[in-house]
Amino acid sequence: MADRIMETAAAAPPNEHPSESPRQDNEVEGISAADFKSESVPPVERTTSAPGSELPSREGTPPPLPPRPKTIHPKSPEAQAGFSSLRVPGGSSRPSLQAQATTALSVGDIHTQSGAHAPRPSSSRQVSFAGFGFMRKHRGSDAGDSISIRSTGSYAPTLETGGEVESIVGDVLAGADNPAWKLLTPHLDGAGNFAETLFPEDSAFEYAFMTEFDELDAIDPDGSNEELVMNQFKSKLKHFLILSSAGKPIWSRHGDDRQITNYIGVVSTIISFYQGAKDVLKGFTAGDVRFVVMSKGPLNLVAISRFGESDTQLRVQLESLYMQILSTLTLPNMERMFKARASTDLRRPLRGTETLLSALADGFTRGSPSTLLSALECLRIRKTHRTTINNTLLKVKSPNLLYGLIVAGGRLVSVVRPKKHSLHPGDLQLIFNMLFEAGSVKAGGGENWIPLCLPGFNNTGYLYMYVSFLNVNNVNEEVTERPSTSGGSDEEVAILLISPNKEGFFELRQMRDDLVEQLSKNASLNIIRDAVNLGRLSCTDIIPGTVLRHFLYKSRANVQFFMPSFDPYFNTPIARRRLLTLYNHLHTTLHTRPSPTPKIHHVSTPHHMALAWSTPLFELYAVAPSPATTSRAALAAAANALVGWVRKNEERVFIIGGGVF
Amino acid sequence: MAARMQQGGPGRPTGTRFAQFKLVLLGESAVGKSSLVLRFVKDQFDDYRESTIGAAFLTQTIALDASTTVKFEIWDTAGQERYKSLAPMYYRNANCAVVVYDITQASSLDKAKAWVKELQRQANENIIIALAGNKLDLVTSDPSKRAIPTAEAEQYAREANLLFFETSAKTAENVRELFTAIAQKLPLDQASGPRGLGARGVRQGVDLRPETSASQGAMGGCNC
Repeated sequence: MADRIMETAAAAPPNEHPSESPRQDNEVEGISAADFKSESVPPVERTTSAPGSELPSREGTPPPLPPRPKTIHPKSPEAQAGFSSLRVPGGSSRPSLQAQATTALSVGDIHTQSGAHAPRPSSSRQVSFAGFGFMRKHRGSDAGDSISIRSTGSYAPTLETGGEVESIVGDVLAGADNPAWKLLTPHLDGAGNFAETLFPEDSAFEYAFMTEFDELDAIDPDGSNEELVMNQFKSKLKHFLILSSAGKPIWSRHGDDRQITNYIGVVSTIISFYQGAKDVLKGFTAGDVRFVVMSKGPLNLVAISRFGESDTQLRVQLESLYMQILSTLTLPNMERMFKARASTDLRRPLRGTETLLSALADGFTRGSPSTLLSALECLRIRKTHRTTINNTLLKVKSPNLLYGLIVAGGRLVSVVRPKKHSLHPGDLQLIFNMLFEAGSVKAGGGENWIPLCLPGFNNTGYLYMYVSFLNVNNVNEEVTERPSTSGGSDEEVAILLISPNKEGFFELRQMRDDLVEQLSKNASLNIIRDAVNLGRLSCTDIIPGTVLRHFLYKSRANVQFFMPSFDPYFNTPIARRRLLTLYNHLHTTLHTRPSPTPKIHHVSTPHHMALAWSTPLFELYAVAPSPATTSRAALAAAANALVGWVRKNEERVFIIGGGVF
Repeated sequence: MAARMQQGGPGRPTGTRFAQFKLVLLGESAVGKSSLVLRFVKDQFDDYRESTIGAAFLTQTIALDASTTVKFEIWDTAGQERYKSLAPMYYRNANCAVVVYDITQASSLDKAKAWVKELQRQANENIIIALAGNKLDLVTSDPSKRAIPTAEAEQYAREANLLFFETSAKTAENVRELFTAIAQKLPLDQASGPRGLGARGVRQGVDLRPETSASQGAMGGCNC
């Protein structure tokens, strides 16, 4: 089907007025078009930017070793403005990066104390925990603490009593017209027991999704199975293409050269047509497929999705792929190659990193809360334990260390960093993808020394990362023996030590040995092991009897998120994908229409209810069973209870500050 | 750092010898360097293996005989061109190197020869180099796949004064033999010599190749 869409797009220039195009909708028919078809979407809709808005490639490049943004003074107006000032000032010059630098990790002078209820100096309270003020407000005490809250919005009163709960969910979203919604609920009228079926059956989508990650068959030399292979190609729900502005293929998630050549040609022609007209093409829709185009200097990146993701969400994904390329090459290197020869074949210098790009892309296709929220997830441990681990890292820190991290199965355990440098979530996502999603480093079974560029930190040069995986279940036996990788991906604990010194391997290796010895001595390894083995909490572990089935809670200030286990309701890939599609949709509704926070959207279908809630402090997306069994008030109350729980456990579920040297 | 040797180290019965050597694997991408290491270190093989990113550091200890133990510290480097400038860091202090090519890919031997040349010019003067023609299993099952005759590679190895093996990481053929041969050629006898000769290996015994003009600075003459 995809090629027909391409042909359609090419045959009918996308600048055609949308109202002339419904016929295209009819032309686009394929395996699942009938199921996914959505009449509500104009078949061809293009978004263009004004001439000249195409950024020169160097624009948005942060200077080398960017200094940390100015320290926020607690009483400053920014601090009271709901953390908006905590975002890195440079953020505005990088418009397409939704993720902000992990500013919470950069606010080194936050002093937290054990126990969320402990009294704390008001200076730190207002900076790090306007939420703490919220807690107190909730308990009806100390109005002075709430000043910063009040100044940012009026959501707090709606939380106070049950009687006002209705107002939280006042904005009922008529979301069923949205294409993403259609995709999720094609058979809304289908009968059945909805008791715990949060999503309706859709066998066509299920089939398409289950084969989404299968490799295409090879085309026989005689071409006899070409049509079959092309059908496999076209049935993919999501494609990514990266090509040079000269039209050379660089990478695609599906298909080899022979299969993608035509598409690359068509896409390249369309893009350059608009570039020639100084009217940059950003995206278009054909049938139920959304095309989003991002031009980055000498590269064009294209996302093609049937999941109903928003342009913003697809752009974040393209941005991440672009950052992966920079991570391999660095921006100046890449630009030099294209300057020397516009027709440079970038596949050669990128050889060996295709798996990293594919692992990223597959993460997006499976559905990634981290990418959706542009935030990181942490391992939940007690604050005192985390402080001990941070302090141990600081104690054994070697002179050339830039960042030191302990990561358990993609969840951050501990971070130490220089006072002047924060960590960018996008950079960490690239690292986590390399270590936990792609197989190479993990499979090696040794220690690794990896040159890489962290584009969010500095896209002009390389850093060097020492990686050692620990088998925490065995670590007490032989601390000094280099461990092999453990089996389960969620149980892998990695020590990452990053240095600007390319000769620093043995120095960091020594630090690693010291670190493991100390962590073993002070029982921190056992704590990490137990937390890893415990896994994520279920919703009912968090709040007994809650109606919530899953949620995402993003702390804006910390650029981190917290979520429960996907078990038991979303433990299959398809259920997880549907859940993430729902979150995508909720996220879109929160982020498309600019309006003052707080915002609340409530979604109700025969199968489930969902809530999206945005305040200056957090974003919450939550899912509950169908309205037949759950009331809106119950969902709202559960959301409130959850927010209270997270507040209380904020220092366990998030890393606040981290270790700073 | 050069080889460390000790007699009757901690926990070892006196009369045993223990030596530690640094080994680096070099060669074009996808010739099977990591697979050779995985076979040697863990006795495993993956049919599908992703490219090495950067370099991996592994260790493996082998017993040469009842009284002699050799520990290899192995740098398994990535073969891609973009990592080339980092290579000197890995071979600079290496005692031995395994340069790997793929016997079914003619161009991979050219690349291997280039590595040998670079090692002989830039690396430790006494470095022991082994040439390994990997993927022997492919040729065993289908002789037409062979692109480099054994004799050709063997002759080159003789001329360049290299150890030579055709190996299969998949079937384990000649893998152990390769590393054992290297260990045997390493100057173990030093260990029984005067203590003063310890760390920074002044080795009189073994001269493996014709004189070269390679004059190294004390710490690595990396030209990068």
